[in-house]
Amino acid sequence: MKRRDFLQMAGMGLGAGLLAQVPLIGNAIPIETPWYTIDVTKKKELADAALNAARSKGATYTDVRIGRYLNQFIITREDKVENIVNTESYGIGIRVIAGGSWGFASTDKMDKDSIAKTAALAVAIAKENARLLTTPVELAPQKGYGEVSWKAPIERNAFDVPVKEKADLLLSVNDAALKGGANYIGSYMFLVNEQKYFASSDGSYIDQDIHRIWPTFQITKIDAATGKFETRNALSAPRGMGYEYLMPRESDKIKGVTTLYRNRYDMLEDARQGAAQVGEKMKAKSVEPGKYDLILDPSHLWLTIHESVGHPTELDRVLGYEANFAGTSFLTLDKWQSKNFNFGSPLVNIVADKTQPGSLGAVGYDDEGVGTQKWDLIKNGVLVNYQTIRDQAHIIGLNHSQGCCYAQGWGDVQFQRMPNVSLQPGAGKLSPAEMIKNVEKGIFIAGDGSFSIDQQRYNFQFGGQLYYEIKNGQIVGMLKDVAYQSNTQEFWNSCKAIADESDYRLGGSFFDGKGQPSQSSAVSHGSSTARFNGVNVINTARKI
Amino acid sequence: MPILTQTEAQALLKKVLAYSKADQCEVNIYGKDAGNLRYARNAVSTSGGNSSSTLAVSSAFGNKLGVATINEYDDASLEKVVRRSEELARLAPENPEFMPFLGPQEYAATSPTFNKDTAAIDPKYRADEVAKSLSISKENKLVAAGFLENHVAYSAIMNTNGLFGYNTSTNVSFNVTLRTEDGTGSGYSTKAYNDVSKLDISAATRIAAQKASGSKGARAIEPGKYTVILEPAAALVLLENMIGSMDARSADEGRSFLSSPGGKTKLGEKLMDERVTIYSDPWNPELPTSRLNGDGRPHEKVTWIDKGVMKNVYYSRFWAKKNNAKALPGPDGFIMAGGDATLEELIKSTEKGILVTRLWYIREVDPQTLLYTGLTRDGTFYIENGEIKFPVKNFRFNESPIIMLNNVEALGRPERTVSGESQQSALIPPMKIRDFTFTSLSDAI
Repeated sequence: MKRRDFLQMAGMGLGAGLLAQVPLIGNAIPIETPWYTIDVTKKKELADAALNAARSKGATYTDVRIGRYLNQFIITREDKVENIVNTESYGIGIRVIAGGSWGFASTDKMDKDSIAKTAALAVAIAKENARLLTTPVELAPQKGYGEVSWKAPIERNAFDVPVKEKADLLLSVNDAALKGGANYIGSYMFLVNEQKYFASSDGSYIDQDIHRIWPTFQITKIDAATGKFETRNALSAPRGMGYEYLMPRESDKIKGVTTLYRNRYDMLEDARQGAAQVGEKMKAKSVEPGKYDLILDPSHLWLTIHESVGHPTELDRVLGYEANFAGTSFLTLDKWQSKNFNFGSPLVNIVADKTQPGSLGAVGYDDEGVGTQKWDLIKNGVLVNYQTIRDQAHIIGLNHSQGCCYAQGWGDVQFQRMPNVSLQPGAGKLSPAEMIKNVEKGIFIAGDGSFSIDQQRYNFQFGGQLYYEIKNGQIVGMLKDVAYQSNTQEFWNSCKAIADESDYRLGGSFFDGKGQPSQSSAVSHGSSTARFNGVNVINTARKI
Repeated sequence: MPILTQTEAQALLKKVLAYSKADQCEVNIYGKDAGNLRYARNAVSTSGGNSSSTLAVSSAFGNKLGVATINEYDDASLEKVVRRSEELARLAPENPEFMPFLGPQEYAATSPTFNKDTAAIDPKYRADEVAKSLSISKENKLVAAGFLENHVAYSAIMNTNGLFGYNTSTNVSFNVTLRTEDGTGSGYSTKAYNDVSKLDISAATRIAAQKASGSKGARAIEPGKYTVILEPAAALVLLENMIGSMDARSADEGRSFLSSPGGKTKLGEKLMDERVTIYSDPWNPELPTSRLNGDGRPHEKVTWIDKGVMKNVYYSRFWAKKNNAKALPGPDGFIMAGGDATLEELIKSTEKGILVTRLWYIREVDPQTLLYTGLTRDGTFYIENGEIKFPVKNFRFNESPIIMLNNVEALGRPERTVSGESQQSALIPPMKIRDFTFTSLSDAI
């Protein structure tokens, strides 16, 4: 049986599109369960049992992750709450180096005897693997932090908000869309709390509490006479925040042809606008293919940054560790070594940042106990750095990890995952409205849509949610059937303007997949609105 | 929790149901033992084992449903999970779409989804087999990255309306990408079976090696419409998206490629070339699949597309009842009929065309027309006068499987393959398609 069947079987059925993205981790727990945390003294005891057992079996390094992962998914369509799913997963993952090789094993049997057996299994696997090694694992040095903790700076724990309040919000969103002329709407709320405890033979005992939230919807409008339909998805972003994200604030709204949101999201307003816009989309002009200047809103641009900058600067891809699945990278080491590889125009400054408050990637320490950091990837258009972890840092001459290690749960082995990767705002004062004034023939795109990129991250194609035609400095109406195709280096070199800091916003992915077996991670990407000149736009309308 | 036999599963589920105080109660159990070995840069990178099981209890009071799950199996835990599901059901909103659980079902004979040799795979087997793959890579001066995974799984369902069903399965899958040391060539091969004796890791690695060496020095040719020969692994990633969109409710609601003007659907219409027949058959010896769906409905042999005509769509039980239709569940695996030609014979009969090994990063562009975009990868070759002439640079395509299946030139002999996107297996032919739409070139190798 496949995961899809199991989700249906267990009454956890989600919309087909979302289903594919949602990892099923853990066990359903009742709505009424208090959101307790495991006592840190107990976690330390269990972690020490694992560390000692692994050392006694011959491990030269061990790290232990004790995780309690809580999810709540609320799923509605039209006037119905389809499902409320609470899941909890608690267990331990033990990673060791023995015979120079990695080994990993995990269990949800949390007694000391089972933990010791699991540690022994991890060591046995490492020793079995050692015969297939070419060089032993080399770890960048990392000092132990002793006993420390980190908590996400949330204002209101979304798990403490009564389920009824959350379901009622979604139903009112659905009602607003249906009253606005939509035929169908599915609305969803995904909440995540990772309670992670990390301990290592380096002497770290790190307790962390991480929160994420993603409210979203899809509105559909149908023209029964022609049999045509259009959809419009929410312009929200998944965030590393509490329920405060869903408490609207006028100062966090950017008004324009559509309202866009900074650090607070007005889901009702977005649904009302979405219902009106999906109607406009039905009547919109089909785009004339050709070259356009694109004005890309942060609610759209985050995904282009993710795919064309985030993934190719992952050092494990550059080195070939993902060659069989996610792929490699065009940003080969020689380009970085040259110190003059022209990734983008001089305006383009892109940073990696695991510390940004409210972002999906923000933590105090990564999943191999390295304190998180912020660093440059692209400086004035030139490739200057990658993203890496302890066993690969030495390859780019670093004597420390950049803290990019992550596992989706206690049962999965940690590996290199993307930090938040964000385009820095332009230095001079510039608003999106001023930017549009100078565009002769262009398209303003908001919201993320279809996305696809090759395995070395050269050639990409992106769609969006809303496309507005710009003629002689004015938005003149809506377009449809739009997608743009470009090459990463050409695209970032065509970046001719970036709005200032006042326009800066975060977008992000809740379910970024990588690895075999595949694991999900959540990551944010910030930017201000940016202009890209002369990008190739295709028309995606077909007849079947 | 080890893999349970049918008798053991039956005893456990019976015990759980005995705790129920709800109007109706249904219990599902799913368990899996899995192991994997991953390698890259011609050496092992990570590997591990994962053993997990989940028991889910669904309790219903009227049309209010609650679901709770657990992975502990002592009596106290079993009673606790039943009570939790009942508490949840009392708290849940009324669901007008709730369907009473199924009564007893007739399941036909077990299909050979389980193989004892596959169930017995251990870490030593994985290391030994991967060692063979690595030595082929090194002999050919190539760099290997690959993944070998195996699992044994079971599922069982029982409810207070008298339903009981059980299935067990095994799977072993292997995929490998070999690249030239200078990164100018890349080749791929993928295989997956219920029965490990059918898996030949060395043969699969040799195919990838041949493609890697042969794809060095790829030439750029203009994007446009080309005759393509899609190997089964390449065709599958488009076909599986089409199969995944054949849901009755979306079609009836007017939001699917099967929707027609005036609230009608395309059921019964000829949408594709008459050589296109797609069906599912749980008892096919090459692709045995489960005889029961997750909600207990029996799977049967179903023809979805018959000689190009859309014959059947799948239903939720609620939507079938509302529309007075047979509640056919979606297939657990699908088979596309083909001809007798081998891949080599398809190439031989091609005047000008492109051979595609793998399609990658498939994303829907338009649900109305099932337009998908994605790229070729790991072995793309130009064919002229029946021969592979030279490797070509990779393309981005924008194409709909519906248009593609209207443009069939020839179908080869079906073979079992596995999707690089969903990891699902299917039995489909290599296919020669005219006017396949490549929209741009990619520098990726």
